[in-house]
This record gives sequence, C-alpha cells and structure tokens, in this order.
Amino acid sequence: MDFRDTPEEAAFRAELRAWLASNLPSDWVDRAPHVGRFDVDEARAWSKRLYDAGYVGLTWPKEYGGGGAPHTHQGIYLEETARIGAPDHIGGIGLGMAGPTIIAWGSEEQKKRYLAPLLSGEEVWCQGFSEPGSGSDLAGARTRAELDGDEWVVNGQKVWSSWAHIADWCILVVRSDPDAEKHRGLSFLLVDMHSPGVELRPLKQITGDPEFNEIFFTDVRVPRESMLGQPGEGWNVAMTTLLHERGTLGFALTAALERQINNLIRLARLPGVDGHVPAEDPVVRDEIAQAWIDLQALRFTNYRSLTTLAKTGVPGPEGSVAKLHWSETNQRVTKLALSLQGLASQLDGDGAIWDGFWQYQQLRSRGNTIEAGTSEILRNIIAERVVGLPRSR
Amino acid sequence: MDFAFSEEQELLRASARGYLAGRWPLTRVVETADGSPSFDAGPWKELADLGWLDSSLGMLEHAVLAEETGFGLLPAPWFSSIALAGPVLDDELRESVGAGERAVTLARDGEVTASGDALSGTKRFVSDLATVTDVVVSVDDCLYAVDLVAHPDVVVPLSTTDRTRRLGELRLDGTPARRLDVDPARLTDARRHSLALAACESVGIAQRALDLAAEHTKTRQQFGRVIGTYQGVSHKVADIYVALQLNRSLAYWAAWAVSEGDEQQDTAVAAAKASATDAAVFACESAIQVHGGIGFTWEHVLHRFYKRAQWLQSFAGVSRKHRARVADAILAS
Ligand SMILES: Cc1cc2nc3c(=O)[nH]c(=O)nc-3n(C[C@H](O)[C@H](O)[C@H](O)COP(=O)(O)OP(=O)(O)OC[C@H]3O[C@@H](n4cnc5c(N)ncnc54)[C@H](O)[C@@H]3O)c2cc1C
Repeated sequence: MDFRDTPEEAAFRAELRAWLASNLPSDWVDRAPHVGRFDVDEARAWSKRLYDAGYVGLTWPKEYGGGGAPHTHQGIYLEETARIGAPDHIGGIGLGMAGPTIIAWGSEEQKKRYLAPLLSGEEVWCQGFSEPGSGSDLAGARTRAELDGDEWVVNGQKVWSSWAHIADWCILVVRSDPDAEKHRGLSFLLVDMHSPGVELRPLKQITGDPEFNEIFFTDVRVPRESMLGQPGEGWNVAMTTLLHERGTLGFALTAALERQINNLIRLARLPGVDGHVPAEDPVVRDEIAQAWIDLQALRFTNYRSLTTLAKTGVPGPEGSVAKLHWSETNQRVTKLALSLQGLASQLDGDGAIWDGFWQYQQLRSRGNTIEAGTSEILRNIIAERVVGLPRSR
Repeated sequence: MDFAFSEEQELLRASARGYLAGRWPLTRVVETADGSPSFDAGPWKELADLGWLDSSLGMLEHAVLAEETGFGLLPAPWFSSIALAGPVLDDELRESVGAGERAVTLARDGEVTASGDALSGTKRFVSDLATVTDVVVSVDDCLYAVDLVAHPDVVVPLSTTDRTRRLGELRLDGTPARRLDVDPARLTDARRHSLALAACESVGIAQRALDLAAEHTKTRQQFGRVIGTYQGVSHKVADIYVALQLNRSLAYWAAWAVSEGDEQQDTAVAAAKASATDAAVFACESAIQVHGGIGFTWEHVLHRFYKRAQWLQSFAGVSRKHRARVADAILAS
C-alpha cells in the first residue's frame, strides 16, 4: 500500500504542471470561479492544444492517437487540471462514452476514422439513448432503423441529448427488429449529425441554459457499416458505454468535487452581508468538514477500485458507489454554498457573488442524480448485482 | 499509487477470519459477553500463538486485525492491549503481552497523582479494565503500570451497554506502581493508533451488518415475495454497502497515513474515526430495520454489533469533535 507517486508518475506530474503553467493565461490560477458560459471556439482551441501536447486520451491505444498510459496518468491529469481550474476538453461525451465504446466494439476502420478527430476536438459527439417513452428503461427504445439496400433508415425521437447542438456525431440506440425480444431488437449506430432529416430542438434546463436537446430523425439515411457490433447487439454495446465510466470516471468526479470544495472554502472565508465570516461558524465548519471527508472517501474508494483494475483487469466492485456518492455530495456542497449567502443567494445577475456561480452550480447539481443513471437505478444495480439481492423486476 | 494490502497481509486476514469463525462462533461471543468479566488466559494465549500480539506487527497488519476482530466481535482485550496501550508499553510489558502472558489497557481520563512509586486518584472509563492484567496510567507527564493481578481491589467494573468491551473505573489509593521508561509523547502515537484502528474495527462491524442484512433480505418472505425485492428494503441494503465501501477506504487511508507518519495523518485519523464509526452505527441501524421484529430482540446478535459500534462512536471524542479537527486543518489559511 502506497499512495505516493512512483518516480515515473511524479515525472509525469511535474511535466504536466510545467506545461499547464506555460500554456494557461497567468491570471487563471487565482481568479475567482465564474459561471463561464461555454465558448465553443475557445473550448475547441484549448482541446487542440491539449491534444497536440499529448494530454488527451492518455489511456487510449497509441495507434489511434491515444497515449497508451496507465489509468494513474489520467488520474494525475485530472487532479492537476482541477487544482489549477483548467478548462475542460470540448468532447466530454466523446471521451467518456463514444470513444471507449468504439475502442471496445469498433472495427479497425472505425477506430481509425473516428478516434483521432474525437481526441483533437475536431469532431464532437453526443449520446442519443433516452427517448420520451424510455429513460431508465433504455431497452424500451422505439426509434426505428430499417435496412434499405446498403443504408439504415432512421425515424424517431431522442431527448435530453447533451451538447447535441454542437455535435458532429451521435451514438444512437435504435430498434432494428421490432419483433425480437425487447433487449435483442436493438442496434447501435454512429450517426452523422449533419445528415439530412436530423432536426434539433434545444431544451432549456432548470438553470436556464439550453445544454440538452430533442433530436428528431426523419428518414435519416445511415450507411450500413456505421454500426457498432452486429444488428441486435445494441443492448450489449450500450452497456459498454454505461459501464466503461467506471474506469476513469472516479478520477473525474473526484477532481470535480475537489474543485467545488476548494471554492466552497474560498467562499466561506469571505465576510457575509452581516460582516460575519461563515468559516468561523462552528456549524458551517462541521458541514464543510463533512463535505471534505466525503471527498476523501470518494478519492480513496476510486484508488481502491483502480488498484484492483490494474491487478486484475476488472475494476473493483466498490467503484460502483462513486457516481452515486459524488452526485449526492455535490448537491449538499452546492446547497451549503448558497446557504452561506442568505437572501443574496437569490441574486443571479448584478451583485451576485462570482456572477452567480453557485446559483448555477446548485441548480445544475440536481441533474447529477438523474443523468447517466438515476440514483434509484444505481441503488438497484448495487443491491442486485453487487450485494446479490433478488431482482425487483 | 497502490491501494492494496500485501499478500502476507491478505493471508493474515484470511487466517484471522478463519480463526474467529471457527473458535469464536457468535454463540461463544455472546456467552463470554454475558459472563462475568475476568482475564481469560486461554484465548489470550491463542491470540499470542497466532502472532496477533506480536510487537513486530505494523500498522497495516493491525488494520487488518482490527477489521476482522470487529467482524467477529471478538470479546478479548485485543483493542485495549494493541490499539490503545500498545504504543506506550515498555520492553518488559511488550514482551509479556507478545507472549500472551499479560493483557494491558490504558487509563487516561481522570486525576491521579504519584507519590514516589505509589499512585492515588481515579481514572474513569477505562476499557476492558476487568479483563486485563495490567493498566498503564498517565500521571502528568509520566507513565506508570499497575499490576491488577496483584491489586485487584482497584478495579471497579461498570455496567455498560456493550458487554464485549466493558468499561471500568480505576480507583487508586496509594497503590504501588512501576514507572515506565517511556517517552510520554508516545501518548500521541497511542491516540492516532487507536483512532485509526477504531475506524478499521468499525468497517468490520459494518461489513457484518451488511452480510446479516443481505442474508435476511434474500430469504425472508412477505406478501408472497422475498423482501429483498422491495426497493424500500433493497435500497437500504445498497446504502449500507455504499457506506461500508466509502469508509473502508477512509479507514485504510488513515492506517496507511499513520504507518508512514504522513503529514496528513492527524487529519486522516480524525476524518476516518468520525466517518467510519458513524457508518458502523448507520449500518447496524439499517440492518436492524430490515430485520423487522427479530432485529429488535435481545436474542438476535445484531444488537451486540450495534452496541460495539456505539462504543466506538463514543470512544475518544464523538464525531462532531473529530470533524472540528478536520475543519481546523482544512480551514487554516
Ligand atoms: C443533465 C442531464 C443530461 C442528460 N444527458 C443525456 C444525454 O446526453 N443523452 C441521453 O441519452 N440522455 C441524457 N439524459 C437523460 C437521462 O439519462 C435520463 O433522464 C435518465 O436516464 C432517467 O430517465 P427519464 O428521464 O426517462 O426518467 P424515468 O426513467 O421516467 O424515471 C423517473 C423516476 O423514476 C425512477 N425509476 C425509474 N425506473 C425505476 C426503477 N426500476 N426502480 C426505481 N426507480 C425507478 C427514476 O429513478 C426517477 O426518479 C440526461 C439527463 C440529464 C438530467
């Protein structure tokens, strides 16, 4: 047992720190957090720089533009970028979902075609899983794909599709065989979002930002070979997308929560309207300490799961608690941050602390227990697949 | 980064699990707990033969044993001798503990004065006082040992909810003592050590609560269905699992930090002790709930684990106090 960097990890960390220091604007580090409406051009340019320096897809195979490095490097990358508050890569869904699924299921040709532009940020991906009639119950998807010659013809509707409005490609779960059993009638397509017949309607979220969308497919023609796995294997492919996350998701969540808690501490030190400094209030101190302990629990649980991954090739089962724990902790942390502001917490324009950063973060956190598997579904999975209780359905 | 116990440490865990399951079935644990407390030389010698009392064991081996003795609810003074008093023993005591001849506890709270080599005064809430042979007593900046076999009258057993680790009051009145040639700064080590191991023991208890809850909810039927199929039940069990895994990570981290003298060790032990003891209590309470009426009975073993969890929670400062230490560390600018 040893949590320190190996010499090789330490060297990677040092080199990355130096790179970040010389590539980020100098006032970046100490600036207060801000709401930061997502700037597509900026994000694309930053992604390209990261890619050229070799920091994107650290754990992905070298032959497709990745770094071929161990998971710990990705962990160090996330720790260091969180510490300094560096901007995110533009292709979160590509890096976390589409890419790993293509690596696992794609043909040589597909990997060559899709992975490098995904890493460099030239092509952005979105995820078309959820539909109006099927969210948690993904296997109930009804969007149809029918083979016509050498093309699939897609008709239907997806919903809650994050970043679809900037996406070039979509991983799409479709029903290719309406007569087969629910799980066996699905297929997994890679769809060009610029195809004729793809229409988007942005959906405003609880924060007021339109970050997700409805996607309508009307006779959209998709080349027959733009499929991962065989027709009817869509369920298994989609499970890879959802399960992959366990690899490095834990690091990403830890880094995000660490950033949040550092900001919380910074906020708690500012005198409130009444002149009192929240960080001196014993009740506030108790809650901040609890949040910090929750962060360490997430961090070390992730280390534990990844140690098992490194030794056996399969992440430890304890990794299954990461997303559930992170989402609920993030909700508590952001609510605590608002509570430190009293009625000023109502401001989200002029006069709001840090331009309404916490107002945004708190509202956004409500989605954390819904997106990528609701907390109820995650508890079902833990109860049934990890603890081994009988199935509820 | 490597977060795993070594092969030897895993072997120690397996052998501890096997020994406790074989020699300490819960029926025997309960019998011992409900009997009148006294030093029991036989089982203590067994622990010595297993090497559990050996002074060569490191903090990570102790972490493994603390977890397993929590899981097995061992009613022997291992925690008191090793986790509490271990770091302040002199060579003589360490050897006789290692050989399984003596068991020791540590008395901190209360006022005792020394006059020559005789001690007077009262120390309160001394764990396992009635089931050990010696007690180390802190007097100002010095440490003394009192032989309880030679002076049994100084021991006043107290009635406690947890009968597997009872408390006693030490009433000294000109009682002869031996001054230990031990640096009193080791009391700080003893404190860290015992906080980290209390966290590890709590993890063992939470694991047992999870196992009991899973076993019961997989088999018990109501309304024609196994109760584990009801999400009101299964999500409670899932939450025990979540709390268990998160706190196992914290407890191991704390043990590692102490073993390395890591700069964060004091914050780590405070965090782990606060969180893991709370988690053990939570795990037992949830397990009791999903057991229904049987979980509320004296006859069922659950309350034994619950009471040990509560013992740990109240030991060396409740969680709020430890969180205050964490806050001091992270909010200091
Ligand atoms: C911010 C955000 C971003 C998202 N981005 C994407 C995206 O990019 N692509 C995409 O495809 N989807 C996306 N989603 C959709 C998300 O995956 C779904 O919302 C989620 O899976 C839940 O599905 P649903 O909304 O249909 O709710 P339902 O499935 O109808 O669930 C409603 C409630 O019922 C509960 N429930 C349902 N089934 C069970 C059960 N078996 N046991 C217990 N409780 C149950 C749920 O937990 C929930 O509380 C996003 C969602 C959010 C909030």
